[in-house]
Amino acid sequence: MPRKEHIRKVLIIGSGPIQIGQAAEFDFSGTQACRSLREEGVSVVLVNSNPATIMTDPETADVIYIEPLRADIIAKIIEKEKPDGILSGMGGQTGLNLTAELAEMGALKEVEILGTPLEAIYKGEDRQKFRDLMNAIGEPVPKSIILTTLTQIDDAIREIGLPAVVRPAYTMGGAGGGIARTKEELTRIVELGLSRSRIHQVLIEESVMGWKEIEFEVMRDSADTCVIICGMENVDPMGIHTGESVVVAPILTLRDDEFQTLRSAAIKIIRALDVQGGCNIQFAFLNGDYRVIEVNPRVSRSSALASKATGYPIARVAAKIAIGMNLDEITNAVTGCTKASFEPSIDYIVVKVPRWPFDKFKGADRTLSTAMKSTGEVMAIGRTLEEAFMKAKRSLDTDVRIHTSPSEIRMILSRPTDERFHCLFDAFRQGFSLDEIVQLTAITPFFLEKIKNLVDMERQLAAGSPPEVLRAAKRMGFSNAEIAKCTGKTDDEVETIVGLPSYKMVDTCAAEFPAVTPYFYSTYDPVTEIEPDERQKVLILGSGPIRIGQGIEFDYCTVHAVKALREEGVEVHIVNNNPETVSTDFDTSDRLFFEPMQIEDIMNILKSDHYCGVMVQFGGQNAVNLAVPIEQEIKRCGLTTKILGTSPDAMDIAEDRDRFSVLLTRLNIPSPKNASAYSEVEAREKAEAIGYPVLVRPSFVLGGRAMEIAHDAVELDKYITEAVRVARNHPVLIDSYLQNAVELDVDAVCDGEEVLIGGIMEHIEQAGIHSGDSACVIPTQSLSSEVLTTVREYTRKIALGLGVIGLVNLQLAVKDNVVYILEANPRASRTVPFVAKATGIPLAKIAAKVIMGKRLRDLGYKEREIRHVAVKEVLLPFSKLAGVDTMLGPEMKSTGEVMGIDYDFGLAFYKACISADNELPLKGNIFISVNIEQKDDVIPIARKLRDLGLTLYGTEGTVDYLYEAGVEAHLVRKVQEGSPNVLDMMRHGEIRLIINTPQDKQSRQDHYQIMRAAVDFSIPYITTLQAARAAALAIDAIKREKMTLEPLSHYLN
Amino acid sequence: MEIMKAVLGLEDGEFVVGDGFGVEGECCGELVFNTQMTGYMESLTDPSYAGQILMFTFPLIGNYGVDEQNFQNPRVNALSCIAKEICDKPSVLPSIRTYFEEHNLFGMQGVDTRALTIKTRLHGTMKAALVVGSDDGQAAVALARNAPDISDTTPIPAVSCKVPYHIPGKGKRIAVIDLGIKKNMITSLAARNADLHIFPSHVKSDEILTCKPDALFISNGPGDPKRATDAIQCVKALLGELPIFGICMGNQISALALGGDTYKLKFGHRGANQPVRDMNGRIYITTQNHGFAVDGNTLPEGCRISYANVNDGTVEGFLNDDLNLTCVQFHPEAHGGPRDTERPFFDSLFRRIS
Repeated sequence: MPRKEHIRKVLIIGSGPIQIGQAAEFDFSGTQACRSLREEGVSVVLVNSNPATIMTDPETADVIYIEPLRADIIAKIIEKEKPDGILSGMGGQTGLNLTAELAEMGALKEVEILGTPLEAIYKGEDRQKFRDLMNAIGEPVPKSIILTTLTQIDDAIREIGLPAVVRPAYTMGGAGGGIARTKEELTRIVELGLSRSRIHQVLIEESVMGWKEIEFEVMRDSADTCVIICGMENVDPMGIHTGESVVVAPILTLRDDEFQTLRSAAIKIIRALDVQGGCNIQFAFLNGDYRVIEVNPRVSRSSALASKATGYPIARVAAKIAIGMNLDEITNAVTGCTKASFEPSIDYIVVKVPRWPFDKFKGADRTLSTAMKSTGEVMAIGRTLEEAFMKAKRSLDTDVRIHTSPSEIRMILSRPTDERFHCLFDAFRQGFSLDEIVQLTAITPFFLEKIKNLVDMERQLAAGSPPEVLRAAKRMGFSNAEIAKCTGKTDDEVETIVGLPSYKMVDTCAAEFPAVTPYFYSTYDPVTEIEPDERQKVLILGSGPIRIGQGIEFDYCTVHAVKALREEGVEVHIVNNNPETVSTDFDTSDRLFFEPMQIEDIMNILKSDHYCGVMVQFGGQNAVNLAVPIEQEIKRCGLTTKILGTSPDAMDIAEDRDRFSVLLTRLNIPSPKNASAYSEVEAREKAEAIGYPVLVRPSFVLGGRAMEIAHDAVELDKYITEAVRVARNHPVLIDSYLQNAVELDVDAVCDGEEVLIGGIMEHIEQAGIHSGDSACVIPTQSLSSEVLTTVREYTRKIALGLGVIGLVNLQLAVKDNVVYILEANPRASRTVPFVAKATGIPLAKIAAKVIMGKRLRDLGYKEREIRHVAVKEVLLPFSKLAGVDTMLGPEMKSTGEVMGIDYDFGLAFYKACISADNELPLKGNIFISVNIEQKDDVIPIARKLRDLGLTLYGTEGTVDYLYEAGVEAHLVRKVQEGSPNVLDMMRHGEIRLIINTPQDKQSRQDHYQIMRAAVDFSIPYITTLQAARAAALAIDAIKREKMTLEPLSHYLN
Repeated sequence: MEIMKAVLGLEDGEFVVGDGFGVEGECCGELVFNTQMTGYMESLTDPSYAGQILMFTFPLIGNYGVDEQNFQNPRVNALSCIAKEICDKPSVLPSIRTYFEEHNLFGMQGVDTRALTIKTRLHGTMKAALVVGSDDGQAAVALARNAPDISDTTPIPAVSCKVPYHIPGKGKRIAVIDLGIKKNMITSLAARNADLHIFPSHVKSDEILTCKPDALFISNGPGDPKRATDAIQCVKALLGELPIFGICMGNQISALALGGDTYKLKFGHRGANQPVRDMNGRIYITTQNHGFAVDGNTLPEGCRISYANVNDGTVEGFLNDDLNLTCVQFHPEAHGGPRDTERPFFDSLFRRIS
């Protein structure tokens, strides 16, 4: 069937901020869908609250709204834009839920739901409907019972038994679910699950723990053609969410007849659901028996993985199916000569390993279960499974602790945490038998044999190992550095023996057809498929897995740099290992390398062809950290490649406190008193000299890892022991902590002569809260023009003084009208996309062009005066991570960001709060509890909130001083004082907002419990006075005037 | 474990050295590649691979052991097996290595199968020779060059049954010409209660008629269909006499019996992901294993192309309503590969003779 001609304009809903369970995969899918539709002449209206996305770029969609993803708001956009159709499956669970809500509220009467019909969404999501459907078509599902109240717990235990799995309906990433082994556990998980589920429904299910977990990505068009894009097998058996599992593709341990049984079942299911587009189906499989576990009738993280694993662009094809095209009418863009109606065949093995944020959350429960905790993932490709395992481990870029205690290893293997995959290696190293590991983990022996092979090779590698052994180790994916460590050789000596890798192409068809998309991975087979030519190329380093501190913003910057270079006619290649990203889409760059990003991997690429340059400043701190090593290696190997843009030496000046201080002194720019210390004693001396409180951190940090405020010598000592372990080769940095200063971020581009300021952002939270966690606003709200002039002057001086060519981000603090420089980062920062969306200045692109030699004056951009206000707010992962302290501090905790835009600060902040799942109440009860030292500051805020019609609650002290100030507030008991207290009120849904700032040590426990309850019951909360003040302004604004609902272009024109 | 050398020589003069497995010895024939990611034993035992050196594009073969229950014939029929890597420790035993050793088979691993696949795609199918126990490339090349062209060989008699046999069933009686039939064709027919009379490849038409069949079924088989002169004669004699069905070589034999022509494909279709389009525009994913195809332009009047390959447009099936003849080039019986066309093909077969 040809495409539906009456569909001229389509609405796509994005997935909002990056959060646990919803990462960059939806930007990847959404962007692909936008491009795919526009190719067919369809115009795209896009709504997303996340500014750090490629899909919200003016080049990606026709009309872009950066607005909260709330049904009533989208309904208004629909009224205004009158799209002919809506594509629901691109925005993940968020997009599906919103489409369902929009339909229920009647907003889609004039809008055709494209692709998968709503009924399929209901059947896929609603547990009972899904079970009924499976029963009707004869597909087996686990025994289960649906609960809507806690009183049914006993029935559940009687029918299902324990252990049992709890799955709430309509949540993403399995949030609120879990495995219960006891009645108490069951009660607790069900209570939480009921509160999280949009329809207050949870399913208790027969446990299929230990069964194999198998997934299929299936596509179907309206002519009923069904194809399997990819089968994937979880190394971790059932019981661990697939997003938390190590996954291989294709399926490796099923016989063909077993595989085909599941394949046929998958097709039967997608037909029964009437999916038109892509669908993910999960099975549990044991000895020929299977259960259908779950169906996601949309694109997902798995579909992103399947797209990257096979080369088949699922979202692109799904979008075309949605407008009526059939699979055999869609060209397979990878081969260019075949159609999308086939099943990819691959001739390599893919391994995905999740990336968890536990390096950031020491107190968090690290157990892996059916709920997601990881923030991102890496994918590796090898010609052997061993090679793919090793490349994946290298791509993760985490410090791996080696476990040697057998009892500890047993514990981790049987109660899996993020360390389990690495611990499998430790188990073999400690001589565990394969049988014992199988007993502990239920992992299929096939996979364990492969890990054992790796450990055996590790043992075999020794000083006198012959060349054949070294080469065999390379084929198993060992890096030169790893081999060097085992053999006592240098990396270079190893390379001389083993040679350079070959590069093979990912082509969807196992070489049966010629492919036109240059998507490569390295391996140690003899024949390479890269044919070097004389054309000069540039390699851009991507940002690797999404983790806290290195999010989608850097992928955004990478993609922009690529686009800029392509616009300039430069051949540009990308290296990255994150399968969720736009940068790793098959047609983003001229050549894509799916590789780990250690120095060896990068250098091998540089040696594979003629590269005039490497760009490191777009991929975040990890890429920047490679600048110096790459430069040294280039020199050593005699390559002509250059590090493009800011020199590694200038980067080093910015990173090295002492060198940076010298620069600041020379430029006559003040900074907080600071020092570097290489020992505990030195640290204590320097801290005394600077004066407490001090901000301490290791050098070369990413997202403020292991950064803390020390109030006294005891806290300092405690910190040093941990921090020094984190970064042995680098000193500890000590800064004077400027209390209650206003913090600023500036993003700018410098061409060596001129500086373009993209935006000056004022933080809403005070200095001391990590800039990545702080809400911020453009334009600044509280600063005088003199201060801003100084900020601009300092920015210019530092950018030129450092010799920046490309991007630079400055963090500054303003206290008593004095501007201090906190740090300068000559690289892309996480605020670059926000600035670009707020001001319309595509900073990353400009930077890339400047790096290639363009002059700012020729590019014609100027700092912009804007009349609107854009607020960036962050998304915190606390609802997904039990046991984590919800306090903000100098250590970054947020996973993603949203933007609120309007003509007034209050309205923009209000929108940002909605988007960050922290919707401010317009009426009802607010609970206030603040540090006694802040009481003078809280009184006007409390008064304002009361005047706006909200009812205030507080504990004794707060209520007393508010009363003295003439602001009446109701008294509730503290948590330790017994029931009824504030927790009871929260549980009963009587509190609509919590304002709770850091407390003295005694009431810390109270604070902790309240915040945890706020997170668990999804009650909006605020933890700083500055944010409380902004909230009062926002509530005031929204009561006075309506939110503006206009596309981004309206503000920027 | 002592590593046994092996070398694969190609008719273009190139050779690759790898690690041998199985037993020492040599074989020569066509080098073909299969892109399926599972079902390696189904392929190795498929009699259509007789006379061919079978190379898998998937880099790990043998990961679930040797599953005899899924064999398509009691023995491995491919001349030998070429893989990037064979799995020595599968979760289920025996391993491919053990099986090959016990059954005196030839294999080679540790070679860049992707590079060989690309070479085959560019050059077209080549004659090749595998020598296990040697790394003398020149000798292997010479062997390859001296190997007969596939169209000069008659591999069918060796894989066909030697004498007729009967698989009783309560339903329709079907006469089967066994040109090297895959087990699952029999399974699919028997599952529909067919009373099966299975004949060797040299069977004469009158012998078939003596069992009073309701239909004739022509199986898959190895080699150039034009060499299957007995079967072509037999089918020609039965055109219009009986409803006729054919799969793979059965499809080609029927075309030749009708006076049509077949030709050799550059490198064939071997895999489980081949899309075919039926006359209504519906797409199926099919298993395929053929190096020859029917030339649609040469089919006589009354024949309609019923399936075409979506990738290259080649004939994937045709029918003739006047003669009640229905053939497909792909493998609806699957094993290995998708089962999407099992019911459409076999159900309609029985509908057409009821």
